[in-house]
Amino acid sequence: MSSAFMSRTGALMSKLAIAASLGMVSQAATAEYALNMPVGVTEISREVYDLHMLVFYVCCVIGAVVFGAMIYSIIAHRKSKGAKAANFHHSTVVEIVWTAIPFVILMALALPAAKTLVKMENTRGAEMSIKVTGYQWKWQYEYIDEDVSFYSTLSQDSNFARQKNSGVDLESVDNYLLDVDNPLVVPTDTKIRLLLTAADVIHAWWVPDFAVKKDAIPGYINETWMQIDEPGTYRGQCAELCGRDNGFMPVDVIAKEPAEYQKWLAEQKGETASVATEQNVALAQ
Amino acid sequence: MSHAEAHDHHHGPEPGFMRWLKTTNHKDLGALYLMFSLAMFIVGGLMSLVIRAELFTPGMQFVDPQFFNSMTTMHALFMIFGGVMPAFTGLSNYLIPIQLGAPDMALPRINNMGFWILPIAFGMLLSTLFMEGGAPAGGWTLYPPLSMQTGDAMPFLVFSIHLMGISSITGAINVIVTILNLRAPGMDLMKMPLFCWTWLITAFLLIAVMPVLAGAVTMLLTDKYFGTTFFAAAGGGDPVMFQHIFWFFGHPEVYIMILPAFGVVSQIIPTFARKTLFGYSSMVYATAAIALASVIVWAHHMFAVGLPVAAELFFMFAAKMISVPTGVKVFNWVATMWRGSMTFETPMLFSLGFVILFTIGGFSGLMLAMTPVDFQYHDSYFVVAHFHYVLVPGAVFSLFAAVYYWLPKWTGTMYNEKLGKLHFWLSTIFINVLFFPQHFLGLAGMPRRIPDYSLQFAEFNFMSSVGAFAFFITQFIFLYNLITTCRGKWEKATDQVWEGAKGVEWEMLPSPLPYHTFEQQPDLSDYEPHPTH
Amino acid sequence: MAHSAENNQDIYYVPHEGSLWPAIAIVGMFGTTVGASMMMNESSLGAPLMYAGIAVLLFMFYGWIKQVAGESMSGLYNKRMDLSFRWSMGWFIFSEVMFFAAFFGALWYARAISIPFIGGEGNNLATNLFLWDGWEAHWPTNGPAEWGGIFQTVAPWGEWGHGFKEWFNHSLPLVNTMILLTSGVTLEWAHHRLLQGKNGRAAIMLGVTSALGVWFLYLQASEYAHAYADLNLTLESGIYGSTFYMLTGFHGMHVTLGTIMLIVITIRTAMGHFSKEQHFGFEGVAWYWHFVDVVWLGLFIFVYIL
Ligand code: HEA
Ligand code: HEA
Ligand code: CUA
Ligand SMILES: [Cu+2]
Repeated sequence: MSSAFMSRTGALMSKLAIAASLGMVSQAATAEYALNMPVGVTEISREVYDLHMLVFYVCCVIGAVVFGAMIYSIIAHRKSKGAKAANFHHSTVVEIVWTAIPFVILMALALPAAKTLVKMENTRGAEMSIKVTGYQWKWQYEYIDEDVSFYSTLSQDSNFARQKNSGVDLESVDNYLLDVDNPLVVPTDTKIRLLLTAADVIHAWWVPDFAVKKDAIPGYINETWMQIDEPGTYRGQCAELCGRDNGFMPVDVIAKEPAEYQKWLAEQKGETASVATEQNVALAQ
Repeated sequence: MSHAEAHDHHHGPEPGFMRWLKTTNHKDLGALYLMFSLAMFIVGGLMSLVIRAELFTPGMQFVDPQFFNSMTTMHALFMIFGGVMPAFTGLSNYLIPIQLGAPDMALPRINNMGFWILPIAFGMLLSTLFMEGGAPAGGWTLYPPLSMQTGDAMPFLVFSIHLMGISSITGAINVIVTILNLRAPGMDLMKMPLFCWTWLITAFLLIAVMPVLAGAVTMLLTDKYFGTTFFAAAGGGDPVMFQHIFWFFGHPEVYIMILPAFGVVSQIIPTFARKTLFGYSSMVYATAAIALASVIVWAHHMFAVGLPVAAELFFMFAAKMISVPTGVKVFNWVATMWRGSMTFETPMLFSLGFVILFTIGGFSGLMLAMTPVDFQYHDSYFVVAHFHYVLVPGAVFSLFAAVYYWLPKWTGTMYNEKLGKLHFWLSTIFINVLFFPQHFLGLAGMPRRIPDYSLQFAEFNFMSSVGAFAFFITQFIFLYNLITTCRGKWEKATDQVWEGAKGVEWEMLPSPLPYHTFEQQPDLSDYEPHPTH
Repeated sequence: MAHSAENNQDIYYVPHEGSLWPAIAIVGMFGTTVGASMMMNESSLGAPLMYAGIAVLLFMFYGWIKQVAGESMSGLYNKRMDLSFRWSMGWFIFSEVMFFAAFFGALWYARAISIPFIGGEGNNLATNLFLWDGWEAHWPTNGPAEWGGIFQTVAPWGEWGHGFKEWFNHSLPLVNTMILLTSGVTLEWAHHRLLQGKNGRAAIMLGVTSALGVWFLYLQASEYAHAYADLNLTLESGIYGSTFYMLTGFHGMHVTLGTIMLIVITIRTAMGHFSKEQHFGFEGVAWYWHFVDVVWLGLFIFVYIL
């Protein structure tokens, strides 16, 4: 076993010990160990987050009731405490009640979910479109009507560090496994439609901060959309098993203010021809 | 009568391997099924340890990514088709005839065939590890076009699945026919122990969906080797079509793995609460409702494939609705314990663990069924956490419970209670250390089926791996207890074994069970296993 | 224990000495599947292994059925056993129905969903525009890439007016439908004769039924030959060829099996194995044959006509 492995293991142990002593839910700990879904930077992602918390709390309440009754009964109705078994064995009323209540709760959950879902699937009124093609194992982005297109693969550093027993200290790699050479660049405050497809096997394009995950299927095009509120870099990964390097085809998106984005786009248009051919040569090899 | 006597004092089993190869005795076959399943659990468990070892820390340290994918795929196939399903079939073999007062399973020779198919099917599957192109690595869901990239292993994979299907179908037919046709006089359907009911319904599901899986993998095979284009758009097919067919099988399959577990738990809880099962008939109807509903929810595994909105809405509502009958079951178990007179022997402990941890897994299932939110959960470790909660502290815990519960009856020896309790507590602790952090990993964005991950996922993966090794090692306590009990190391068991146990096997038969239980079917007309009103 | 005595009058037969037939079956399955797998991996050992496996399976069927038939005739089986066989056969046929359902499902899915989607229907405008520009959904089709080249389909029936022979040669599916329907009638006829205790007559009608089965297979084979040679309709003709050959092919395999079983019970009937009261062997085969019949009707409608 490599010494890098041992030292990493040691570091983790001590971190875990600290986490345990702080309590996992304390502020300091949550900052380092993400425990929950990100709220994200789109209206949709916030709605999704709220739905997630809603269904989570509903489960907590039901869990508290069910487990509470069970644990009370385990404590109070034990033989060693002299409990004598009652002999009731059914009650139509109770049974109807506990069929009806969950049904109502589920409806109450499903309705807001349906509303968000319909919104998510409505790609109409998009201001721009990007065609995204999954390959084993990289993404291709084509800006429709803009004549800009490029491939996006795992960054050199990560790719080097991830080789078996590379000996590289992973802490020294920027965003290990999450950085790409050419990130997707998009404007903020713009409804962007993604046209997803694949060239070989199924991939899935996922950025948690947008609450967007959609399969890229060879021979078919799936549509989805996002409208990002804040500039920044957002990271995700391919989320459908696509073979050997499924774990190594991240998705990187840089959201820029529209004006900046236009500047970037203009630069790309100058370069794109050369970039595209370079990539094609690379692909052909 | 004379005819009966001719058979009565029939020779016991002949010794040696031939006995097991030729046996048509349901108890022999039940034991074979259970031993086989134990072996497969260990193989599948070792594969999961390869997965967890690689995921111990970030960076690639032990295996090639392709081999990692093979491990994920094979782990699931071995656990599901080799571990859980044969274990339940084994229990059905052992228990259904004695619980119903039947002479044996209805078709004893077919029963033998159903079992012996399994070793060759899994032998074939295991041998793919050594083939050109490696073992299947496209996930247990076998999605094309990726699964089409499988090397020489492809036909072996497909045919082994066909064989497993044949085995399951013959087993299911046997269960149905035994239950419908061989009950002792007076054993009405609504008097049957719940294990028989849940298995009856499971058997219907098996017959309905295993052939569909066989069809799906056949199409994979012809697409790869004979030029058909079921799953290629260029020829007018669709990769998503495979997913529809697969999940039409796959979703009912998960209930195939849990309904018999419900049956086991529904029998154990009343015993140790010394109180009749609450709502017997609603348990039966709930089981049937789950089974019926399970064939119309399949696309909840496919929300991200780009279904039309109407379909997404339908499958969201349908998938959620399964929680209602499942809830009825959970509530009935709690009501059974309520004002009972409880003791906490190992089978009861595992059943209680089952109720709580399965319910937690059910809750995460309900979260997954929220379509818009599933876009976040899908194909992340949240899903992995969900299904392991329903499968390991669900299905596998129910198997532990069942083995502890019936082992004294089978062997005539009481297992060691101290070791049993230790096994329960360690298992329960470690299973949570193993799978609870995976919820956080999924929510934080870690995809499943990856051999390496970015650094923010390190802590929880580390915890999870520690839990995995500890859980696996804990199982040796069980193994030791099992073997020593089979060898008669501990106290003799009484005939009733458990103070509160009701049912033919406890009240009418000795421990250990005789080799042939009922040459003559008992009359059970006056037998009242549970009050109906 | 009031009723027990009367119930014990006849005992449900359970073989106590075990059986080797299942083990032989498994050897056969192993040889067949491993052989077939090796064939697909282009190993020269594959074919012999597969054929050996099939031979073992045939031997197993012969031996196993012979043993069961012998036990049945020597009176070991009671009414319950008969009922067990009936339930089992029924559920076995149901499992076969579900197997076919997978392929019918594929056909319907392709026609109702994947083909229209590739043609741009629903939310799939972009699919058509960007990937398969200009392709219009239609049926029958081998997909936008014209997989396997241009092909023609087998018409369910030909035009009348060029003489009987001409019509016949272009109406094989319709003729085959009539053959199978007729065979269903002759089979029931045989059953009635058997119920009247007229075994000889029953055997004759069974012989006719078997002959119809063989005839069906012969015509099906010539249809395939015609499709391959003249229509360029092959297994590789895209989704149409895939569904057409897989459905009719698996059906044909079932007819083959059914015909073999019919021949077996023809012989057994002629040898007097069946009585008015006890002839489950006969009925099981009859159910199977009717099932194969019904599947064909589904095929005729959904594959050939629509
Ligand atoms: C034994 C196996 C088992 C069981 C029982 C279940 C039970 C359920 N599962 Fe699970 N599931 C799997 C095994 C199982 N699942 C597997 C293996 C996968 C992944 C496959 C793969 O991709 O590899 C999966 C994946 C999976 C997905 C797809 C996730 C994705 O890939 O994106 C979904 C989505 O809806 C889902 C939902 C559910 C639901 C709603 C239930 C329900 O049946 C749960 C019902 C139970 C409860 C809800 C708890 C008890 C109820 C109460 C206490 C009543 C009151 C409750 C309420 C009103 C909330 N499951
Ligand atoms: C029943 C099914 C089952 C069981 C028991 C398990 C058990 C375990 N599983 Fe897994 N797992 C799956 C079904 C199951 N799993 C499936 C379907 C997948 C998805 C695959 C895919 O993505 O394609 C998966 C994937 C999966 C992954 C994700 C891999 C990936 O995405 O790359 C991981 C990672 O941690 C994992 C870990 C484990 C671990 C550590 C255990 C441990 O619990 C194992 C420890 C050992 C045992 C549980 C054996 C105990 C039993 C006995 C000792 C026998 C008792 C016998 C009798 C009573 C007769 N499993
Ligand atoms: Cu691309 Cu996973
Ligand atoms: Cu499901």
